[in-house]
Amino acid sequence: MSNNITPEEIIKNGTLVFEKTKLMTDAHLSYCPGCGHGVAHRITMEVLEEMGVGDQAIGIAPVGCSVLAYDFMNIDMQQAAHGRAPAVATGIKRLYPDKFVFTYQGDGDLAAIGTNETIHACNRGENIVIIFINNGIYGMTGGQMAPTTLGGMKSSTSPYGRDLGMTGHPIKITEMMATLPGVCYATRQAVHKPGLVRKAKKAIRKAFENQKDKKGLSIVEIVSNCNSGWKMSPVKSNEWLEENMLPVFPLGDIKG
Amino acid sequence: MKELKLMKGNEAFAEAVIREGVDAYFGYPITPQSEVIEYLMLEEPHKRTGMVVLQAESEIGAIHMVYGAAGAGKKAVTSSSSPGISLKQEGISYLAGSELPCVMLNVVRGGPGLGTIQPSQADYFQTVKGGGHGDYKLIVLAPASVQEMADFVEDGFELAFKYRNPVMILSDGLIGQMMEKVYLKPQKPRLTDEEIREKYGNWATIGHKPSERNIITSLELKSERQEKHNQKLQAKYRKVEKNEVRFEKINCENADYLLVAYGSSARICQKTIQLGKEKGINIGLLRPITLWPFPSEEINKMADNVKGILSVELSTGQMVEDVKLAVNGKVPVEHYGRFGGMIHSPDEVLEALEEKFIK
Repeated sequence: MSNNITPEEIIKNGTLVFEKTKLMTDAHLSYCPGCGHGVAHRITMEVLEEMGVGDQAIGIAPVGCSVLAYDFMNIDMQQAAHGRAPAVATGIKRLYPDKFVFTYQGDGDLAAIGTNETIHACNRGENIVIIFINNGIYGMTGGQMAPTTLGGMKSSTSPYGRDLGMTGHPIKITEMMATLPGVCYATRQAVHKPGLVRKAKKAIRKAFENQKDKKGLSIVEIVSNCNSGWKMSPVKSNEWLEENMLPVFPLGDIKG
Repeated sequence: MKELKLMKGNEAFAEAVIREGVDAYFGYPITPQSEVIEYLMLEEPHKRTGMVVLQAESEIGAIHMVYGAAGAGKKAVTSSSSPGISLKQEGISYLAGSELPCVMLNVVRGGPGLGTIQPSQADYFQTVKGGGHGDYKLIVLAPASVQEMADFVEDGFELAFKYRNPVMILSDGLIGQMMEKVYLKPQKPRLTDEEIREKYGNWATIGHKPSERNIITSLELKSERQEKHNQKLQAKYRKVEKNEVRFEKINCENADYLLVAYGSSARICQKTIQLGKEKGINIGLLRPITLWPFPSEEINKMADNVKGILSVELSTGQMVEDVKLAVNGKVPVEHYGRFGGMIHSPDEVLEALEEKFIK
């Protein structure tokens, strides 16, 4: 076989079995190797592409590791201040009720500094989708304790392990949001195994279908790893996620 | 045809917002400006123009809703009063950094802290000098009448979209609460997406193909590029300073002393001019209409022909710093003003002028 195969030779009519979604740019992902963000980005963009609504979508990037999501998601995007993405999304969606508006936020952004914006967007039943990446840590700023950090879990601001008596318990914000009538769908997914990726993608599809049908707010939590912040290899961090994160944050639909 | 009404400043602002063809108002109640959102809710502008009015969960929520709407190229408005504006500063800095147009109203009350609900002009610093983080400028309009509370909505949006910059209308509890006659402009239609694109360019995030997509952000991790972005902002600010200075001069021909005052303080100072005349003291008044850009050049010119300049503000002295910078030592510049919700009388202003320059 020749070493100089051109893409045209590989991709002949009828031989194409997989193509990267056009709604992802060709920019190199800024995420650490092994991080779940890349998969979460891709399945979100794949859903928009499969629904044929990429050119009607407006995404909101948070502050955190995914602050540069707009470099990778090849659609119209706004970058929001820390925690304010649901308010920004509200401002857009109220004026463009037929466009597809979503936020993509981490646990520090959504469940700590942005709790107020999250609760009230959910309570108003804003017809948006929230993709919520929960990796139990502040990754971007260097591995500080998040509201979702597990009891006893070490971080740079809980170097001896999170003291639940002093700092409270890992917050299950998706369960909290599920109690609000404005939320039509609340689910917790993961992306560290192929089967789970497929399930997570289905959940994201359902969330955007809900938006299309004007059912209210859908929140899709994705429990993810942070191998750099957790100071583990990618493989080890996924094992640790299974053993430690999932018992506290069990996967599955919470509402809807 | 223009319509004549008797209205509170806050109500005139709200009505003008509807008539301007504004797309959305996001606000949170706070005294002394709650009439704005109350009026809008009562008027149901969604039935008149399709305008969205939403009571947010906080001032922070409201300003970031404005950010979202403005980033989608729409005319968005918020209003608040001093402590609420402090909360909005985060979003205001983002709006300025991302170069988004919007119109905001601050009906200033006395501070610091929870302060008082009575009128004040102690938010000059947080409005004109920044307030939020980073090197940025707001275009600041200071209304001195109910009429201007209404008129500055249109003026504000013209400036906001012309320069892609947030505009603050810096009012106070006196102008917001008092009733005067006001001529209201006829209803303008809300702009369509096509009209917005044609008029202001194609930068809004309303959904595009990947090859045409738009991004709204103030982030630039590479310092060289962030410096460039700042240089671009500064170049824009110099243009605004060159083109958009607005002021009013009253009785300035042959004046021996000059008062510099804006908003409600300028209204009070008009009476001081009259009281001065009765005592044979010839006083002029320069009223900055734009607090940024500040009428520094005009004040500097006028300093050549007067014996002293009194900056009269409902604060312990904030604008006086800009007056001093403008005058640059040519003549003595002093400050006078009541504060903490107290309002100086025309007599008190005259007494202060005599005390500082004549006695």
